[in-house]
Amino acid sequence: MTDFLNDWGLILITFLPLAGALVMLAVPKESEETQKTIALVASGAAFALGVAFLVNFDYDSAGVLQYVVDREWIPIINSRFILGIDGISLPLLALTVLIVPLVLIYSWNNIPSPGNPKAFLSLILLLETGMIGTFVAQDLILFFVFFEIVLLPMFFMIGVWGGPDRKYASIKFFLYTLFGSALMIVSFLALFFMSAEQTFDMRILQDLGGLDIARTTQILIFGGMFMGFGIKVPIFPFHTWLPDAHTQAPTQGSVILAAVLLKLGTYGFVRIALPFLPEGAQWWAPIIAILAVIGIIYGALACLAQTDMKRLIAFSSVAHMGFVMLAIATLTDFGINAAVFGMVAHGLITGMLFFVAGSMKDRYHTLEISRLGGMLVSAPKLGWILGLCAMASLGLPGLAGFWGEFPAILSAYEPAPMLNEALFRTLMVIAALGTVLAAGYLLWMYQRTSMGTPPEEFADDPEITDVNTAEWISWTPMLLLIVVLGFFPSLIFNMTNPAATAIAAAATGG
Amino acid sequence: MWFLTHAWIIPALMALSFLLILFFGKLMPKKGSEIGIAAIGIAFILALLTAGSWYTHNNEEVEGHGDAAAMADVQEGCSNEVDHLAAEDHGEETEDVGDHEGEGRSDDGGSDEGTDDHALGQSDSGEYAQSDSGEYAQSDSGEYAAPAATSTAVASEGEEEHLTRPVVRCAAWAEIGTPGSSLITWGTMVDGQSVLMLVVVTLISLMVFIYSSEYVSGDRRYTHYFAFLSLFSASMLFFVLAQSTIQMIVGWELVGVCSFVLIGHWWEEKPNSNAALKAFLTNRVGDIGLLIGVAILYFAAGRSFSILDLNILAANGGISHGILLVASVCLIFAVMSKSGQFILHTWLPDAMAGPTPVSALIHAATMVVAGIYMVARLYPVFFEGLSIAGSSVNFLAIVGAVTAMFGALLAFVQKDIKKVLAYSTISQLGFMVTALGVGAWTAALFHLFTHAMFKATLFLGAGSLSNAAHHSFDMVNDMGGMRKVLPRTFWTFIVATAALAGIFPLSGFWSKDEILAGHGSLFSAGGNGTYHVMLVMLLIGAFCTAAYMTRTIWYAFYGEFRGHGTPHESGSRITVPLIILATLGAVVGVLNLPEKIGPFTFPESISLQFEHFVEPVGAYFPAISHAEFNIPLAIFSLALALSAVLVTYLYYWKGAFKFLHGLSERNRVAGLGKTILVNKYYFDWLYTDVITGFVKGPAARATNWFNQHVLDGIVDGTGKGAVVAGQFVYENIDQKVVDGAVKDTAIATSEAGGVLRHMQTGRIQQYAALFFAAAALLAGVFVVAIG
Amino acid sequence: MLLNQFLLLAAILFSIGVYGVIVRKNGVLVLMSVELMLNAVNINLVAFSTYHGLGGQVFALFVIAVAAAEVGVGLAIVLLIYRNRRSVDIDQLDELKG
Repeated sequence: MTDFLNDWGLILITFLPLAGALVMLAVPKESEETQKTIALVASGAAFALGVAFLVNFDYDSAGVLQYVVDREWIPIINSRFILGIDGISLPLLALTVLIVPLVLIYSWNNIPSPGNPKAFLSLILLLETGMIGTFVAQDLILFFVFFEIVLLPMFFMIGVWGGPDRKYASIKFFLYTLFGSALMIVSFLALFFMSAEQTFDMRILQDLGGLDIARTTQILIFGGMFMGFGIKVPIFPFHTWLPDAHTQAPTQGSVILAAVLLKLGTYGFVRIALPFLPEGAQWWAPIIAILAVIGIIYGALACLAQTDMKRLIAFSSVAHMGFVMLAIATLTDFGINAAVFGMVAHGLITGMLFFVAGSMKDRYHTLEISRLGGMLVSAPKLGWILGLCAMASLGLPGLAGFWGEFPAILSAYEPAPMLNEALFRTLMVIAALGTVLAAGYLLWMYQRTSMGTPPEEFADDPEITDVNTAEWISWTPMLLLIVVLGFFPSLIFNMTNPAATAIAAAATGG
Repeated sequence: MWFLTHAWIIPALMALSFLLILFFGKLMPKKGSEIGIAAIGIAFILALLTAGSWYTHNNEEVEGHGDAAAMADVQEGCSNEVDHLAAEDHGEETEDVGDHEGEGRSDDGGSDEGTDDHALGQSDSGEYAQSDSGEYAQSDSGEYAAPAATSTAVASEGEEEHLTRPVVRCAAWAEIGTPGSSLITWGTMVDGQSVLMLVVVTLISLMVFIYSSEYVSGDRRYTHYFAFLSLFSASMLFFVLAQSTIQMIVGWELVGVCSFVLIGHWWEEKPNSNAALKAFLTNRVGDIGLLIGVAILYFAAGRSFSILDLNILAANGGISHGILLVASVCLIFAVMSKSGQFILHTWLPDAMAGPTPVSALIHAATMVVAGIYMVARLYPVFFEGLSIAGSSVNFLAIVGAVTAMFGALLAFVQKDIKKVLAYSTISQLGFMVTALGVGAWTAALFHLFTHAMFKATLFLGAGSLSNAAHHSFDMVNDMGGMRKVLPRTFWTFIVATAALAGIFPLSGFWSKDEILAGHGSLFSAGGNGTYHVMLVMLLIGAFCTAAYMTRTIWYAFYGEFRGHGTPHESGSRITVPLIILATLGAVVGVLNLPEKIGPFTFPESISLQFEHFVEPVGAYFPAISHAEFNIPLAIFSLALALSAVLVTYLYYWKGAFKFLHGLSERNRVAGLGKTILVNKYYFDWLYTDVITGFVKGPAARATNWFNQHVLDGIVDGTGKGAVVAGQFVYENIDQKVVDGAVKDTAIATSEAGGVLRHMQTGRIQQYAALFFAAAALLAGVFVVAIG
Repeated sequence: MLLNQFLLLAAILFSIGVYGVIVRKNGVLVLMSVELMLNAVNINLVAFSTYHGLGGQVFALFVIAVAAAEVGVGLAIVLLIYRNRRSVDIDQLDELKG
């Protein structure tokens, strides 16, 4: 088992979904059951492998890469096919392989219009390969390839299966992120040419820690990465693609977008930008922190003004990712741990919120908050689930959100020694204020959608039914994890801590 | 001892009860209430056993001496400081033997001899001491051995002080940072204070559970009600047993959520959900203070959440005064919201929208005292940070005194009986906060204890009244004359009111008097400072308390019945808890009889039992000075209360003070005063309309506008600009220049072809002729050229 | 020099052939004129071979064989043209006109 995982595990987990997508191409368009089964089997196999990794992972040395695959790839530019996982990748990998099968289960009898499950499911599988690949790639070019693969399926998902304004949203999403990617690849190339080793191998680059690159150059290169990753996060003020993409995307797209795609950006910061360019990171950290805190307050205020539930949740992502970015910007082990936990927690919670919003849309055919109401009466279980997710999202202790939010605030009290303590402490107070606003917009939304009595137009609507079986199956694991991680945060911190400590050490050295 | 180390079972039991009720409650014959009652009953018995166990434990003779011996029951790894103490103790023992090795020993003293385990603790603390003295420029110059020495000295001042031995058990919760340096633990810290709360919470919960099974029977969400009541008890017990501050935060917020759910129990009606939201959001505002305060203390204590660590360091100068001051101010902010202190008290009266038993349990007896409990738990932080000893004013005392006085005033203008009680609660919590602020720690907890009993009685009594009055709480319009129909409710209410007003010899008298005496030397010796202003404010508050409670009794129980229908006494599941609680509220005062009242001396075996049971002595608690029973003050405050009752009696029953009737209509000043009171000092207006209104309205809309028009405008503008530029390039450069060149080439070629095609006649002979002509020409040229 | 006479004869013969190819309208006559031109070449080849080795005679034999084949193909084409058009006037065959 261990040998098998060592040699083939990561390759399989990365490409199994892709293989599923290819097999699906051979299935005739009409046999939808077969297509769904294939998709589920492929992603289920990836999930099983993910579990195998979780079980066999050596948690004591979570700081070093494990299950490394290192093959020749593009010798002419000295780029190799390197895969590997450590304590930072593993939780995100696990999140990805968990979310996708759940999304597929949810899709079982819930393919958004205009149908065509074959294409839809293939795209989800392709997306999965891209996401997994990004988290396991240990070569910059390989990373970039996977990072970009993700764009395409998402573009089509929004553009084909999206809401009325889908064309605008999908193009905006695609171009905006591509713009960031362009700067990012320039940065990667600069890193390649500037460093003495002339390599894309992330292991070597991390060991080098930017030692042989001048400070100014580091700052410039970091700037490119900041745009690339920052747009994906999205960090204020580059977030405007997000609400549109979320609002227009089909439920499945929103869930994947919120749960995993946004993490690619923050993961990039933690994995690449910080340890490779310590001095750049130190120069940029205050700027990132300020933007992050602006994002927290700004996202929260924007939420309060939204009239559409999905758009509200989308803006709440801006606020939550602000906490993650603030934690990263402290450049401390505490902060990076909090950031990774925050990513996982946000993935689960906001993913769930989008699931619930999608199910509400199916029932009510609108997400206009002012038209909704009394869901606790018409669909009580759905209402309670929404309540639980809202509570988790506002960072209630005992649920997963808390362990991303509170340590993030805590870490800002004592940032890395070279950073301005007074600035970060001020930011900490403002960020803490953001938690109040978060409670405000979430509970206000909850009050208007779920409490009270149902409005007349939906009072006796037979379509408004409670949670159905497919929804239960796909939601229960996420809900359970939200609660379990809230009480046993060490499930994640055990993995992340050694790796985060190493990255913090790398980011503050040099 | 088993009960002390296994106290976690009590909250776990309630959490289990929550899950069982949630998932299986509806299947049960009594819809889940039996699970809840059974669980809380067992929890109550366990709490009593724990209390007994603590009593024995606390009175045991201890082997060894000093702080290290006192901390022997603290599990290793739960507190760096205690581990350090133990190591030091160990070091001292071996030091005599290995003296010759001791050259060049560091300030840590004896760390060389520590075993491996101890050495870890040593080096941590050593590091901390260094960084501390460097960073905060402490006058102590990092002499780390100081805490133990000081506290021992303090302890030995009294004649043979019996050090408290807290029982701490913990487990790793998460580890963040360099291994070994920052373990987050969760566990139980059992000492008198937490045991007291265990008993109070489980007792009141038990009563409320039983009461509720009748009071809310037939409710639309009966099962959910009991589930969340269980979850509340679990969270509150989790909170009081907390071993680390982060665990406190968890419990703190979980009780907040339960409060939210239960206030909004009847969420179909908008005012209820509004009240729930208001409660939660106001608490959230205070939580900022809690989060920041805990963060500050975490780093100040060298990366530790352990309450024991914080207390030991704060009490012994291990944390600089400035840091403690900031931290305590932040934490006071949290107290303001959770314990309904000015200026964040506004949610508490609204919280009465919830079912009455919930008000009794959560918003009077237990949850709202979480703030008091937190301050008491981290008392060294406040005591040192606010320099309570030897001062005459501090933030905590001001907050408490202002609340005690102004809260009591507000109770006068309420028509809703529950709101009267809510403002009364605010005011009484103000008493407790003031007590903590002036250094009367034991008095605060004692008042917490007695208040829980009689205030729960009052609330449950109000519920019983409303049961009779068709679920109305409006005592001015829907009640009156109830004493005849509800005799049991009436008598329990009277007893509880007297206790609240502080009438001798009921429990409220003893606890309130202890608080007043704790303000310092106005009439006699004792206390920690000279808080005269606060004393006056509290006396006014006490006067008002007696008066508004008398007014309440007048409206509810006397006069003519003003409601409709026939009121009836409640069933036994309502009245029995009332009687139990009222009895307790009457008699628990004897638990902390003073040592001597003037010439009369109580034997040691019955005096100050509560203090011995609850108050810690040792390194993790500041050396507070206890006030003695103050006879002039006691007589004065009793006279004040009685006169308030008398005046109110004359005013309502006898119609005396005619000039006061309708004064607010005739006199501008009085009218203004009443308007201010009716509008609750305009705090609600300020928060709801001004602040929340601004954030939800203009601020949010402006942000959204900015997002849609400026940021998105830039993005869209860039996009549109790109399209326009693209069109320009396409139309002018691509189509005209680049493509033009290509097209022109094609056109030229085709036109040339058009010209040349005429040569192609299709007639072979013509071609041949041309061919030969050309060949002949070439031949000619060839010949000429060669030639 | 006897060679010059042979060359002169060949040139005359060739010119007659050229004239016939260009001027005559009858396809058969055009073919015959081509034959004249080929034979003019043959004369040249044979004449030169007399003075410069026997290679020329070999080529002449080739040309005779090719000419026979060419006439066969040519007559077949002319015959087909006649069948289709009932005429062998090559002035009318201007299908290749641009």
